[in-house]
This record gives sequence, structure tokens and C-alpha cells, in this order.
Amino acid sequence: MPTATPSAPTNQLGFTKQDYVGSKSTLCAGCGHDAITAQIINAAFESNIEGYRVTKYSGIGCSSKTPAYFINQGWGFNSVHGRMPAIATGSSLANRNLINIGVSGDGDSMSIGMGQFVHAVRRNIPMIYIIEDNGVYGLTKGQFSATADKGSFLKSGAVNDLPPVDPCTLAIELGCGFVARCFSGNPKQLSAILKSAFAYQGTVVLDIISPCVTFNNHDASTRSYKHVKDHDFPLHDLGFIQYSEVEDVDIAAGATEVVTFPDGSRVAIKAIHEDYDPTDRFGAMKAIHQSMAKGEFLTGLLYINPTQPPLTEVLNLVDEPLASLGEAQLKPSPAVLEEIMRSLM
Amino acid sequence: MTASLAAPSMPVGAKTRINDFSIQVATVNGSGSQTANSVLLRAIFQMGVFVSGKNLFPSNIAGLPTWFTIRASAKGYVARKASNEMLILMNPETAKEDIAKSDPGALVIYDEPLQLDKLRADLSYIPVPFQKLVTASCPEPKLHKLVKNMIYVGVAARLLSVDMAEVRNAISKQLKGKAKAIEINQAAATAGYDWAMENLPDQDHIKVVRDNKTQGLIIVDGNEACALGALFAGVTVVGWYPITPASSLVETFIDYAEEYRKDPKTGKSTVAIVQMEDELASAGVVLAAGWAGARSMTSTAGPGVSLMSEFIGLGYYVEAPGVFFNVARTGPSTGLPTRTQQSDVELCAKCSHGDTQHINLYPGNMEECFQFAYDAFDLAERFQTPIFVVTDLDLGMQNWSSKPFAYPATPYDRGKVLNQQQLAEAIDWGRYKDVDGDGICYRSLPGTPGGKGAYFTRGSGHNDYAQYSEKPEDYVAVVDRLKRKYETAKTHVPAPVFRNQGSSKGILAFGSSDPAVIEAQDLLVERGLKTDYLRLRALPFTAGIDAFVKEKQVVYVVEQNRDGQMANLLRETYPEQATKFKSVLHYNGHAIDAQCIVDQITAFEQK
Repeated sequence: MPTATPSAPTNQLGFTKQDYVGSKSTLCAGCGHDAITAQIINAAFESNIEGYRVTKYSGIGCSSKTPAYFINQGWGFNSVHGRMPAIATGSSLANRNLINIGVSGDGDSMSIGMGQFVHAVRRNIPMIYIIEDNGVYGLTKGQFSATADKGSFLKSGAVNDLPPVDPCTLAIELGCGFVARCFSGNPKQLSAILKSAFAYQGTVVLDIISPCVTFNNHDASTRSYKHVKDHDFPLHDLGFIQYSEVEDVDIAAGATEVVTFPDGSRVAIKAIHEDYDPTDRFGAMKAIHQSMAKGEFLTGLLYINPTQPPLTEVLNLVDEPLASLGEAQLKPSPAVLEEIMRSLM
Repeated sequence: MTASLAAPSMPVGAKTRINDFSIQVATVNGSGSQTANSVLLRAIFQMGVFVSGKNLFPSNIAGLPTWFTIRASAKGYVARKASNEMLILMNPETAKEDIAKSDPGALVIYDEPLQLDKLRADLSYIPVPFQKLVTASCPEPKLHKLVKNMIYVGVAARLLSVDMAEVRNAISKQLKGKAKAIEINQAAATAGYDWAMENLPDQDHIKVVRDNKTQGLIIVDGNEACALGALFAGVTVVGWYPITPASSLVETFIDYAEEYRKDPKTGKSTVAIVQMEDELASAGVVLAAGWAGARSMTSTAGPGVSLMSEFIGLGYYVEAPGVFFNVARTGPSTGLPTRTQQSDVELCAKCSHGDTQHINLYPGNMEECFQFAYDAFDLAERFQTPIFVVTDLDLGMQNWSSKPFAYPATPYDRGKVLNQQQLAEAIDWGRYKDVDGDGICYRSLPGTPGGKGAYFTRGSGHNDYAQYSEKPEDYVAVVDRLKRKYETAKTHVPAPVFRNQGSSKGILAFGSSDPAVIEAQDLLVERGLKTDYLRLRALPFTAGIDAFVKEKQVVYVVEQNRDGQMANLLRETYPEQATKFKSVLHYNGHAIDAQCIVDQITAFEQK
């Protein structure tokens, strides 16, 4: 039930932003993850998301605690390390009406859960897959993760000798139709991308650079607030226009590109950094690789293909959620059993 | 050459074994021998004689030795029999060893060029010119290899007095719908039969005489029976990963779902089946789907259960339903992947780290494979927990005759699920509150509208309201309630069945050991020892088992593993009776036979 008060603004469903919050965060003060949580709340409010349809999944780690901190009206499932995608897969198949948000970390998704990440993306599970990427294992007190840059230091002084895995190029390679990188310290961009993500049908991969204030925020770290602020190259200004039957919003022409989603929603992309076409898969790969070589974080909507069918459609499932089907729809008749028995005689 | 064959001589004093013999066929895998063997088995079955088949196959696609044993038994014994009265030797690689191992007096049909007849004097040899016969009967040389085996079916049919009409029917049945294959194979079988008619004298060692024992029975394997149980139980989400000997369970289900689980109006599917990237992911899909309200399942074998064990513990602790079929094979590690064993008793009983206890169902025949598969979905939703249905390769992949399955008339039990209205009316609802005192709580499903009922599921410590908690009293309250829930299950799982002869000596067995135990009981009576047999059908142990264990002087626990895993569970559950349990074991990868049970019990009794 909406808890609107006269003073608080409400969305089209009559909910206030307060209706989208969760429990109090227990993460370290200043953690980048909390800034992401705030934008999820904001985007869900502005996108008029029905909270009861939201399911939140996670594995293990600091990031995986965060689903408890937003959208209390939705169900949460904090599962086992690196296996969030399987949970999201099972639940999304059971009930195709759910709005699925998975929150993972760089350790959870790029190390122990790499296989599950790869296959969930490949299957195009209908979910927003957020990687809260700080390059470090926070909850076990500061070990390198697989996204840590080669040569980067830990607070302890340890040097990372191995090259990083990049979730974005990997996701594009796997055929993901919505890949973005953001910085937790850029709320405007993050909010626009999250709102676009809510309108998308298949797997959305969001790699969100989220500095760890306790274990990886020293000046030498490539995932410190200072470093990311200095090296963040936003590709574009994004505007998201949710589909509405009532009003049609004009989008400024000129340098703005518009990508339309199957539900009629649109994302307007105004290039600022360079001419960048997020519908060009190979161009996106090239741009990301070039920026990585220069030590930059290219942020924004890196690649989008709004037409890929999610797994629920590929499997040609009935429209009604499978979980709602009852005995009448599921149990074959005695005549069917007799027919099968005769064929085995 | 062959025309001069003398009538095989019978050992002095021996009688013709009518409808009571075993045939072992040695071939190379990938040569079409499975079809030929199934046809021979089915033809004997259609003669009205109880028959069972055991395929002993390698972990390989083509080129390695494989053996198939067909046992006919007028008394209805369907366990593997260790001795064979007829050998059909088609594999040059193993022929000499097969001869060396065979029982005196056996009839040996073999491929003529192998020249086996000088190896032993106490066997009756029947050389057959298979190549010549196949060349004459089959016009397509590229099919010769596949059709050659059908020739021995014709030869055996003639020697055993099996009606050729039944062989032809069996071929039609086995290759249903494939007109050309039926024609070619029928021609080959007929060529073998005609040749044998003309060239072989009668033999009086073993015979098939028409009977009426199999009228109305079906032939099925346990994986198909389980798949059918799941079909009628209305499974809606299947996450799986291929593994021998469990793959055919889901594969058969896929075939049935194609036919019976499409919406008639739209053609859309009422079940989601996804081949996952591994068993870990399969387990996650099953539990999350169950959590979200679907009826979900997977099928796997021991190595898969090992991989799933972290998730199984999560399912136990967060109380998410799901059905896990374990078609057990010979472990540890890769072990003998195409051989049978009851290897995972303890693994499935306590799968995962921490204190965990699971409901296990142990079907012992085809009807139970069907019924228990059906029941498992009710139990999963009633108890909100992973349920194991434990079979093995012997039940799962071998051919068994069975009564047709009875329609499962009981309506689905969807368990304690609160809908929108019930949630709105509920006072102080907590996901993990034990309102009814049976350890089973009321759950809500994701996506239920109305703004009530949302909760946070977590594998970490939690309290009655599903809130994070590290408080000792909260932790203990949850795990003690889970134990209470397991106690409640005792009155919901299948009770044991008995075959009592009025004795203070007990035999306890489960699953695929059943036919061998029944036969062993009869053999022991012939030796003057009566026994009472309890067949266990589930974990936790129910009241019937308590009474049996207390009342018997000794309990022989028959199982197919090295360590006596079920006996270990019994000793743990009944410590005061621990010395009563004596393990009767069989674990070489072959299905258990009656004689090994008789021998071990006899040895214990003589001590």
C-alpha cells in the first residue's frame, strides 16, 4: 500500500521514495555501494516500479548484503558465493512477472562466479545484473579480486601481478544486449542508466566502479575515489523517457541518438566525449580497449541491442507464471497415463 | 561344416530348464547390440515369461566390450543371476575370457571365425557364420555391422523355441515407426532363425514354453518411470546437467513434455527445461524456482550431488523446496560411471556442511519409481526442503517388467503457502515462525501483490522473521525447529514393507536389492533358515523400523556399497541395538545377486 503523505512527492503509482527503501545499511561509512543503493531506490521510484514484483538476488560479499537495503516491498534471496545467477535463473523461470535485480561484486562475479556470470549472460536471463566493482575482497578484509589492475597496490603494500578481467567487454563478447559502466560517484549518470535498465527485457550488465573506502581507497589504487574521478570519461549525457500512452516527449535532435525499447521507452544519448555509437558492437569493444590502454574508465551506455529475446521467450513459456499453474493445467488425465502404459506393453 | 554339428549333450542327470535360465551376450558397444538384446528380451516377455535384462556397458561410445544378460524366471525372480546357461559371443576381444569364465555345460553361440570350440571340452559349441548370413539377408553393406546382431536373435529364438512371430513383433515395437529399419532387422532375424532350423539340431538344455505371466505388464526402466512420475506431479522448472546414469531421466521427460505439457490453445510450454552449465547451477535453479513457487527438479548422480552439496545445505537452511533425483553409480570420484552401486546413502542423508538431515525416498521397483517421484513434489512443498529420490543405475537404466502404473489420484499438496488475502489477514506473520508446532512454517511467494509477505531469504543466521541474526538463541531455535520438522516427516514418508517368514532373524534392504533379497530368502528357506525381511523405503527411519530393529535378534543389512552406509545410519539412530546390525555387502559394480546374500548370511549364521 502506498504510504503517501501530503508533503512527500509520489510517483504514478502513488508511492513515495520512502516506499522503495530497505533496511539500514551496515556497510562502512562512505562505501560506494551505498551510493548505488540510493540510485536503485531513486530509479525504481522514478520508473514507477511495483515493489512487490521486485526480487533481489545476491551471492556473498559486501555487495551481496545490499539487496537488504532497498525495496523492502520486494523479496530478497541472499544465496551462496558466486551463484547468484542460478538463483535469478530459477526464480525468473518460475515467475516471468518478476522484476529481477541481481547485485554482485567483482569477486562474486569475476572469480568464483565467473562461470555462472558467463552462462546467465549467454542465456539472456531477464535481470539487471549489477557488479559493484571495487577490485578488492572487502568482507574478508582486503585481498585482490580478478578485476584489480595489474600493478595495483593493496593497502598492505601487496602488488597485483596478474591482468584484470573486464566484465564489460566480456559481457559484450557473450552477446549481452545492454552493457554499461558507471561510477558510484556519478549519481546522475547512474540513475539514467538504471532507469533504462528497468525498461530492458533481457540481461543488463552494469559494472559500477565503487571504491572501497576501507581497503582500496588509497591514492595508488585505480579504484579509489580520486583515481576514478580523475580518469572517468563519460561518453554521453543520457536521458531516459519511460513509455507513456498519455504524453509523448520530444527529444532534442542534433547530436542526440535515440534507442527505442520494445515497450516504447526510449533512451536518449547525447555524445560528449567523442562520436560513440552504442549500437555498434565492434566499435564498443574497440573503444573500451583503447580507453583501458590509456588507463581511463569509459563510462556510460557502452552497448545496447534492445531486440534480443530473454530466456523466458526463447523457451516459449505460457504467459501465466509457471508458479501460478495448478493441478488442472499440469496433471495429465488418466487417459494419458493409460495411453503411455499401453505404449510400454 | 555347421551341418555336421552334433546335438549338444546334457550333463548326466540334468533336466531341461524351462523358463528358468540366463543368457549372456558379449558384443562391442556401438554395434547395435542393445537393440538386438532388447528384442530378444521382449520376445521372451511376449511369450508370457518373466524376464529381466542387465546391460553391462562401458563408459564409451563405440568399440569397447559390453555384456547383456537376459534372465528368464518362471518364479518371477528378476535379480541378476551369477551363472549363465547360454552365451552368445560376438566380440573377438573378450571371447576367450568369456569362455574361461563360463559355467560348465553352457551352450555357446559364437561367430564361426573365432574358432572357440577347442578352448574347453565341457561346453556345447554352436558356431554360426554370421557374416555369410548377414551378406545374404541385407542388401546394404553399410548396415551389415548394425544388423549382424539381429541374426543371433533369430538363432537363439530357434534354439529356445521362441515363436518367430513374437520376435517380429518385438522388432516392430522396439523400432516403432521406422518402417525400413523394421524390415531389415526382421529379415536378419528370420535369416538367423531359418539357418538354425536347417543346420542346428534340437537342444534340451534350456527352453522357453509359452506362459501367461506377463500379460498386461509393461517393460520400462526406472529413469522413465521417474520421469513419468514428475510429469504427473506437474513439474514446472527443470534445471539439469548431463551425467551417466541420470541423463535419460530428464531426456525422457523432455520427450513426454513435448507431447503432454504444451498449452493446447497456444502451443506454449507449461514447463521450463534448461540444461545448465554444471550441477551447481542446476541446484540453484531448482531451489530458486521452488522458492518462487514452481515445482522443480533435477536428476544427477553422485559426482553431481557432490557439486550440489553447498546449494543443498542452503535449501535446507532457508527452507526452499526442490526434488533431486540421484541415480547412483559406482564411486568414489569418477569410479565406474556405467556400473551400479548404492554408493550415496550417507551423502544424500546428510548432504552439505553443518548439521543437515534430508528426506530421502528409496523406490525399490518401477511402480515405486513412478509413485515416489510423484510424492516427492508433494513432500518438497509440504516440508519446504530439498527431497532426494535415490535410485541407482540398476533401477534407472535396466529394463524391468512391471504392472502398469496406477493413476496417482491424490491431489497435489502445495504446502503452507499464504496468498494475498491470507497475508493481509495474518497477524504478526513471520516466515520462520512455527505456528503449528510441526516445525513447518508458512511461506509467501515472490510477486504476491498487496504489499504484505515480502521477506529476505538468507543462508546466514536468521530469526523467526527472516531477519539477520547472530544471536545464539535465534540460531539454536531455527536449527532445533528444523530437526522437529524432520521428525514430522516420519509420518509422511513411505513406511517400510515386509516379507516375513516368522523369524527372529531380520533382513533389512532397500532399493534395487529387493529382487535379490526375495530370491535369497527363498534359497535360505531351502537351507532351513527363515528370515523376516523389511524393505526400507525412506529416510527418516519410521516407526515400523524402530519396532523391527528392537524385536529382531539380528538384522542383516543388505546394501551395495563397501562401507555399509545404511548400517552406519542405523547404528547412529539406534545405538542401543548397534551390535545387531550385520552388513551383507556387494559392491563390485554389478547388480547384487541372491547367491552372494545367501553365502554371507550363511557364513554369519555358522559363526
